[in-house]
Amino acid sequence: MAPKFQGVDFYDVDGLLSEEERAVRDTVRAWVDDNLIPIIGEHYVEGKFPKHLVPQMAELGLFGANLPEEYGCAGLNNVAYGLIMQELERGDSGVRSFASVQGALVMYPIHAFGSEEQKRRWLPRMASGEVIGCFGLTEPDYGSNPAAMITVAKGTKDGWLLNGAKMWITNGSTASVAIVWAKTGKLDDVESIRGFIVPADTKGFSAKDQKGKLSLRASDTSELVLQDVCLPKDAILPKSGGLKSPLSCLTQARYGIAWGAVGAAMACYDEAVGYAKSRVMFGKPIGGFQLQQARLAEMLTEITKAQLLCLQLGRLKDQGKVTPQQVSLAKRNNVDIATEVAREARRLLGANGILAEYQAMRHLANLESVYTYEGTHDIHTLILGQEITGLNAFN
Amino acid sequence: MKIAVCIKRVPDSETRVKIAPDGKSLDEAGVKFVLNPYDEFAVEEALRRKEQAGAGEVVIVCLGPAAAQETIRSALAMGADRGVLLQTDRIPADGFEVAKALAAELKDGGWDLILFGKMAIDDYNHQVGPMVAELLGLACVTAVAHLELAPGTGTAEREIEGGIEVVEFPLPAVLTTEKGLNEPRYPALKGIMAAKKKPLPTKPVALPPGGIEVLALLPPAERKDGRIVGEGPDAVAELVRLLREDAKVL
Ligand SMILES: Cc1cc2nc3c(=O)[nH]c(=O)nc-3n(C[C@H](O)[C@H](O)[C@H](O)COP(=O)(O)OP(=O)(O)OC[C@H]3O[C@@H](n4cnc5c(N)ncnc54)[C@H](O)[C@@H]3O)c2cc1C
Repeated sequence: MAPKFQGVDFYDVDGLLSEEERAVRDTVRAWVDDNLIPIIGEHYVEGKFPKHLVPQMAELGLFGANLPEEYGCAGLNNVAYGLIMQELERGDSGVRSFASVQGALVMYPIHAFGSEEQKRRWLPRMASGEVIGCFGLTEPDYGSNPAAMITVAKGTKDGWLLNGAKMWITNGSTASVAIVWAKTGKLDDVESIRGFIVPADTKGFSAKDQKGKLSLRASDTSELVLQDVCLPKDAILPKSGGLKSPLSCLTQARYGIAWGAVGAAMACYDEAVGYAKSRVMFGKPIGGFQLQQARLAEMLTEITKAQLLCLQLGRLKDQGKVTPQQVSLAKRNNVDIATEVAREARRLLGANGILAEYQAMRHLANLESVYTYEGTHDIHTLILGQEITGLNAFN
Repeated sequence: MKIAVCIKRVPDSETRVKIAPDGKSLDEAGVKFVLNPYDEFAVEEALRRKEQAGAGEVVIVCLGPAAAQETIRSALAMGADRGVLLQTDRIPADGFEVAKALAAELKDGGWDLILFGKMAIDDYNHQVGPMVAELLGLACVTAVAHLELAPGTGTAEREIEGGIEVVEFPLPAVLTTEKGLNEPRYPALKGIMAAKKKPLPTKPVALPPGGIEVLALLPPAERKDGRIVGEGPDAVAELVRLLREDAKVL
């Protein structure tokens, strides 16, 4: 059996966590060690999402874990939720993405913008993994600028008629329900963007697996086509309105990503340290050379800073004080440093670093997706730039 | 089914332990403590028995420092109903003193089963379970790897050198659990949240040191570098001689 992951904790961040927060982290950590780590390399190479793990993840309570117990969720605070994301992504960004989409991008909007009836109908079945969801915002021609989307929902006498296409949709082919964002008014009316609950078996809805990915290979990414999809009146999320609704979902997911990236970085650092101590070249372990020590020192420094960033972000979120811009800063920084850590770990491992048997290159390739989705690194730079200067540099 | 499970808080087998300046205890700074892995089998077995019976209670009993409440709560998070901490800062090295304290706590409980791990991974004593059984006048089966229960009686399998021993015993009984008995569950997140609300009284106890004193803790000898004796069939004779005379393993 592979050795158990011991974590990376140079600043006793553990001491800042509550007993429950640590217990949650330890449960997910052990589950990842036992069930995800042994199989992920193979699934990655084969380009398959490890779907057989979904019931176990549900059993542990990982989906929508920060939503209330009355809807079948675990009712955890946001720090514990973040730690779950950290540990899942320590295993693989694709598996963390699955949980992020299910919880932050599908369950969250149903909880935030749905009717009581919608919440009762969907949330418990999503927490239990019986229903898998996906989130369709991005379109083939509108990525960083979702305000310009051209998917439309027309009011009809007994409901809605949806037409359009969505692209890069995580869980798209696996999902039995999609949250689709569409304009209910004119194409220049951003305020008319609303969310719709679309069961995947609705006539006119189809999902197609996107082939040829070199990143996030253990995750399902699909294109959705909506061709004259008829939905009943109550398919709309009644409290959604304007682009700010999907953006608030993204803030939830980005929050989890900020934590998740730290997990990926910890995995790479841990692997690099072990390798540096055991790989002998020129008569001594490569960890005994200054160049490799500099690599490791840099990694540990960035990981430690990112951990503290996440924790304070989580505490602010639990106090209801967090701003989307603060989340942007953490997503931007942590994914960036994690990518850097993964790259340096891969290099430290020499030729072994390119193998699926090791983790660094898989994490590195994954993190390139994470760098791009949920607002690219650049877009978060612009969000921060606008926050600092009050000036919009998007267009 | 009313089942007591006695558990111990032990250092995680994967943490690197350091010996404290007194030379006879562990330096606990930075050491991660966990529920003794063999006790996990006991907790899991108790939960399954209660679930199968459809009714009953699983009670966790632990002797240890205040911090062991966290260890008890991890068993409560798995699903046990309540816990008791017999609180002491120093667990005596003499297992008999521990057994007496546990037996006093357990004696009037009306248990159908009292479960222990077969040993604690910190002191490897294998003692406390059987001693408690003796003190309570109950049958005891150690290192149980398979268990069947019927009204008033049970059958246990023990893995012994070269075979399996099948033992029948009357209930109530004390059993100690071996790896392989079951696959312990992960504490689910809801269980972790629920554990906070379960009863966990602490009872201070003062235990005498008993008849055993730890004089010193020593790290194992540094492993010497390996050595290549030679190559091919010619080296075999020398290798065998060294294994026999130097290493004394043959
Ligand atoms: C694996 C994966 C999974 C995904 N899952 C989902 C999902 O589940 N649901 C969903 O809706 N979407 C999903 N996405 C889509 C993702 O959110 C978009 O890819 C992302 O928003 C970027 O859009 P784009 O790819 O069209 O890039 P573009 O917007 O075309 O950007 C291209 C480049 O231009 C830069 N750029 C864009 N605008 C500006 C500007 N104003 N100033 C400076 N630079 C700019 C970008 O930073 C980037 O470098 C996923 C993507 C990937 C890769």
